[in-house]
Amino acid sequence: MFKPISMRPVATQGLSSVKLHRVQPNRSILLTAALTATVGELLVGKTARMADAMDRGELHNKNVDYETEREENIQHRINNLKNTRPSTPNYEGHIPLYTTEKLLLFAVSGLRSFFHPENGLNIVQLGEATAWPLFLDSMKRTMLSDPTGRRILREKPNVTTQQLEMDHLAEFPKDSFGYQFYKWCKRENVSPDTRAPVSYVDDPLHAYIFKRYRQCHDFYHALVDMPIVIEGEITVKALEAANMGVPMATLGAILAPFRLKPIQQKRLYDIYLPWAVRTGLTCKPLINVYWEEMLTKNVDELRKELGITLPPDLRTMRAERKERIHELNQKYKQMKMESKDL
Amino acid sequence: MYKPVLSRQSARLLSSKGAAGASTTHFGSKIVPTEQKSKLVGHVFSSVASKYDVMNDVMSLGIHRLWKDHFIAKLDPGMRPNSTEPMNFIDVAGGSGDIAFGILDYAKAKFGDTQSTMDVVDINPDMLREGEKRAMDQGRYYNDPRVRYMVQNGEELDKIESNSKDVYTVSFGIRNFTNIPRGLEAAHRVLKPGGIFYCLEFSKIQNPLMDVAYQQWAKALPVFGSIIANDYDSYQYLVESIERFPEQEKFKSMIQDAGFQSVGYESLSFGICAIHWGVKV
Repeated sequence: MFKPISMRPVATQGLSSVKLHRVQPNRSILLTAALTATVGELLVGKTARMADAMDRGELHNKNVDYETEREENIQHRINNLKNTRPSTPNYEGHIPLYTTEKLLLFAVSGLRSFFHPENGLNIVQLGEATAWPLFLDSMKRTMLSDPTGRRILREKPNVTTQQLEMDHLAEFPKDSFGYQFYKWCKRENVSPDTRAPVSYVDDPLHAYIFKRYRQCHDFYHALVDMPIVIEGEITVKALEAANMGVPMATLGAILAPFRLKPIQQKRLYDIYLPWAVRTGLTCKPLINVYWEEMLTKNVDELRKELGITLPPDLRTMRAERKERIHELNQKYKQMKMESKDL
Repeated sequence: MYKPVLSRQSARLLSSKGAAGASTTHFGSKIVPTEQKSKLVGHVFSSVASKYDVMNDVMSLGIHRLWKDHFIAKLDPGMRPNSTEPMNFIDVAGGSGDIAFGILDYAKAKFGDTQSTMDVVDINPDMLREGEKRAMDQGRYYNDPRVRYMVQNGEELDKIESNSKDVYTVSFGIRNFTNIPRGLEAAHRVLKPGGIFYCLEFSKIQNPLMDVAYQQWAKALPVFGSIIANDYDSYQYLVESIERFPEQEKFKSMIQDAGFQSVGYESLSFGICAIHWGVKV
């Protein structure tokens, strides 16, 4: 019983003249009605809501195995957590790093090593952060160009306390390198096991070369008879830098003296650093020495073969200076007491 | 001829028989022989024991302290002033002692309770030593007859008598159990009737945005752990074990299976962790 909208009667004066005016249709009502009729069903209709629920997994569907899906989901997430590394490990203990992570390692370990070089972990990490393939390749070439170096790369000896049989070294002849090494270890209270494994170097052979370099550090100390005080460490680092071009040793030898007392710096710059650089540049590459076989050798002969002459004894120098300062203090204490008596 | 086919369900049991007939289980995402898991977990915790608090702070950005405070406040532990019998608490896998000492401090502050006893129990002696050392440093709960420190396996608790504890708490420890249902049964055994099982553990994140953020964080964490703490494997194990732990509803049904009633849970921080509780009847 609808009258067309356009023909709705409009009441004017009196019923006698019923005029039919055209009325503008209400557009918003029309539009809403049209949309509701057509699109509304698709957006919020019952089937649409059920489909959304099914998507979210809230609608039980007996054709789907929820247990399986859950397990697969968990497995997928765990795989995501496992596959965070840029490549698979190349050797036991290898942690591959992205370039940004390597830079972060360099920055963090560099800062920590500068402020806390006594913490071995920081130095170890800085060493690995700066063990660039260029340097390790050149070390490899040095080792490959020497028969003993080649043998070391083939046999890959590992330096541990059992391997060296530290206790037997005590019974070696007094002038053998093994006995000197044993004496040095006992005096400095270290053991060959204190070397951390390599984790951040990518190539396995490079990793072995770096590990060998790290493990032989104590042998270099014993060879030139340097104590493990900071001056001795800087000297040995300078020797390694000059001899083998180790980047971290170079960094350490250049930057570390800035944190020392003036008298220590003077000793370093005047005596030990020049000696280290001279010796390092002229002696044979120390990485090619098969230390395990040199233990029975006469230490002076070994030094002559390698081309090393010992520097002035650091321990003696420090002890002498301490003694002189002690005497000075005693003298002034005496003088103060005498002036009180006056 | 009918050939029985291994259903997908049984093929994916958490503890399965390997080729050699040895029983295997999950260690993070690796499959290891069952006997080895507790030893491997032990290694993880031995290596992080001394820096456990730092590691917790790093992993949760310090929020774990808020969670633990809420955990204790919600429990409202302590012998009430009008009561005559002191309460017996047991904190399992709580070597570092933060929940154990927190409970005793809360009971003292709110109810003036200085008599309730606490058993601090951990499978790893290094973690327990850290807890005792902390007690020694703060001067409380060390050489105290109220507090016992024992090395115990949470799945057996062989030195704890049955029906002897009012409250059993475990905070961020139950995901490391080799066999979680056995751990729940041991909890059920040592609790008195009316005793409360109260557990704080990582759980499934409900909010999808937080989930994405957490996944990125979990991917970056082992590398940070490796660069800063020189420990890649421990952090890797931790993020994987968090992923493996069942979600809120599933863990609730596991607690019910162990015999607890009125089991409930509360998700904290969008579901990053959840408090589950149950009452022994």
